[in-house]
Amino acid sequence: MYAYDELDRTLINERVSEFRDQVKRRLSGELTEDEFKMLRLQNGVYLQLHAYMFRVAIPYGTLSSKQLRALAHVARRYDRGYGHFTTRQNIQFNWIKLAELPDALADLAEVGIHAMQTSGNNMRNVTSDQWAGVAPGEIEDPRIWSEILRQHTTLHPEFSFLPRKFKIAITASDHDRAAIKIHDIGLRLYRNAEGETGFEVLVGGGLGRTPFIAKTIKPFVSRRDILSYVEAILRVYNQYGRRDNIYKARIKILVHELGIEKFAKEVEEEWEQIRDSALTLEDSVIEEIRSRFSYPAYDKLPHMPDELKKAAHDPHFEAWRRNSVFTHNVQGYSIVTLSLKPVGGPPGDATADQMDAVADLADKYSFGEIRVGHEQNLVLPHVAKRDLPALWKALDRIGLATPNINLVSDIIACPGLDYCSLANARSIPIAQELTRRFANHDTANMIGRLHINISGCINACGHHHVGHIGILGVEKNGEEFYQITIGGRADENAQMGTLIGPAVPYVDVADVIEDIVEAYLALRARPDELFVDTVKRLGVEPFRERVYATR
Amino acid sequence: MTSPLEQKKIKIAGPSMVTANRTWDGVVIYRTDQQSWSADLSDAAIVRTSDEARALLTEAVADDVGAIGAYIAPVEVRDSGAIKPGNLRERIRSNGLTIDLLPA
Amino acid sequence: MPLVKDGKIAADLFVHVPDGAELPGDGAILVPAARFLEDPQALLAHAGKLGVIWPNNRDIDDLVPYLDRLAAIALVFPSFRDGRAYSQARLLRERYAFEGELRATGQVLRDQFVFMLRAGFDAFEVKKDSDAAAFAATTKRYSVFYQPTGDGRVTALNRRMQLRHSESAGQ
Repeated sequence: MYAYDELDRTLINERVSEFRDQVKRRLSGELTEDEFKMLRLQNGVYLQLHAYMFRVAIPYGTLSSKQLRALAHVARRYDRGYGHFTTRQNIQFNWIKLAELPDALADLAEVGIHAMQTSGNNMRNVTSDQWAGVAPGEIEDPRIWSEILRQHTTLHPEFSFLPRKFKIAITASDHDRAAIKIHDIGLRLYRNAEGETGFEVLVGGGLGRTPFIAKTIKPFVSRRDILSYVEAILRVYNQYGRRDNIYKARIKILVHELGIEKFAKEVEEEWEQIRDSALTLEDSVIEEIRSRFSYPAYDKLPHMPDELKKAAHDPHFEAWRRNSVFTHNVQGYSIVTLSLKPVGGPPGDATADQMDAVADLADKYSFGEIRVGHEQNLVLPHVAKRDLPALWKALDRIGLATPNINLVSDIIACPGLDYCSLANARSIPIAQELTRRFANHDTANMIGRLHINISGCINACGHHHVGHIGILGVEKNGEEFYQITIGGRADENAQMGTLIGPAVPYVDVADVIEDIVEAYLALRARPDELFVDTVKRLGVEPFRERVYATR
Repeated sequence: MTSPLEQKKIKIAGPSMVTANRTWDGVVIYRTDQQSWSADLSDAAIVRTSDEARALLTEAVADDVGAIGAYIAPVEVRDSGAIKPGNLRERIRSNGLTIDLLPA
Repeated sequence: MPLVKDGKIAADLFVHVPDGAELPGDGAILVPAARFLEDPQALLAHAGKLGVIWPNNRDIDDLVPYLDRLAAIALVFPSFRDGRAYSQARLLRERYAFEGELRATGQVLRDQFVFMLRAGFDAFEVKKDSDAAAFAATTKRYSVFYQPTGDGRVTALNRRMQLRHSESAGQ
């Protein structure tokens, strides 16, 4: 957990004061909406269908229990008692009043939480692996670098008015849980053949109307040089990114139009000018940031404690343990995922009561720390194995122990037309119905790992392009229709899914998904051949036939 | 449901109204024929020609302090005279979420 | 449109010379880039301070050879949302050591003052009187800065390192 010092806290407070003044000037009419809109976006305030939406930053998905309680407080005091965790490790509140926002921000500032740059044409939350710092096999904790970049990109005077939004993600594991290949800049921390730790830098990934997988711009940048190198990329983008068309303004378009070689050359030329400047990261500076990350004082615990042996007789506990509990890099501990995808529930939502309860459980069982994953679930990253049975009972009581992590009912969905003014169609009721169709845990386990992603419009906040099954809401003659893709992946083998056929109406979507799953079960070579691998092996045709035979 | 924020030409396909969100709290509001706003759809002024729609929208947009994001949206006018939302988007804005928030 | 210079509203010593208009015989003038580049030597011979208005969609490279003879450069924010001039300003100050007046023009609003100062601007054609009047107060909004620019402000990282050194020195 990173400890904010007085400087970090002062900046947050100064930002709150500034926004309070801006809101005042807006409500008095001194600022027009046209002048105010970008300012409120820079503080995460959107206008949605029914109300304002407030997106709060959870830097690289890490929260303390105190901070989670503050989020619960905001949900209760300023909203309707719940929040939604997003695909970028942030949280959204859907009913906030503009006039009360400065107070909500002030309350959050007391625990070091802010909403800076969670929207607008600036640099957004630098996301990471929700298992950072505890995943076995990690090179080092990528959150150190997320924090270095967070500071560098916060209120950056040169890059606060970019052509479009800018998203950076960092991973330090072979298996990419941060989806770096669909980000504007993706950073992969690794050790090269010389034993030096540094970054593979990728640029130009992104979804939306024109999806692209990020391309490697430089295979190795040292830790010393990473900040100046990122600055060079941003400077090239700020100057040459398109500003005439918002649909062509992301860096992925610039990279595509120039070609990666030419783009890399532009960046290299700029970088040569700044590589030995104040942006060079001396080891002492890196250590300064690292020193303010605290790690738990783990106990020396047995690999198989008695409590776990005893609880193994309970099939419900075992079902949960086998599904939601993951190997920790310290013996005797586990990483526990809390499913925010209950059967029939809106995916990724948590009530204020649940948030408070999780905060208490984090204090009791996870050294006071919680993580947020881009799959819209929560994580308790430091749970002693001996505490798993007690933790499970407590989670089950508050509805956060559905054993469906990574399974078909662990659906990632954007808010869709129920909330969002950009949407063409609803996504949440589709997700809810699917969780009901696949509510049986044995069936879900038999199907195996299967990621369904739902977006209510082409902006792809649900990341449908890279879902094993992707569902995209479109509008036809005033009715909700959905395009289905299969075979996408968001990890280190990232690729876009393939359309299986014409869009289907709202009422048919759940049936179509069931047909696709049935086809997979019939076609898979072995029970442990994953859905996405069966699609890779056989292509889309057998699925298309099955789905459209009677439609 | 194509985002009305992309509307450039003003062309209405039937009876319409002008709607927006109230600046200070984001509540959904409808333009009345009294140069004011109401949170109740039944108070909405109905326009039936593109010219009327343009005029109402212009007047609504001029209230930059009180309302944001004003646009023209379709309505359904029942035989009884009752005004109903004209598409799913407006139904959601008028009636609220279509989903249960708690698992069911 | 008030000019803010040295932190307060000031008289504008420069005259914008519109396209096609004849140059005044003397006095400080601001001319558009295209005109300047047509015949730089003629303009540099002007009896009075010379400034160039440089568009935000053109590399400053073409202006660099003349920097040491220019009293001012005006950069443009066609919309406050278009941030290209921030990069131009930083390059002029930090890479090319331009020491003359660096002026922000276009849609220049209060909430961008701090960014502009940090990027190297020292003169502002402010759109609203109320914003110009609030300039001094606005620049005091922030006391913590993460990024090093050419503005000389000590970054948070540097302050922390200084603190460490003084702590360890005191031991």
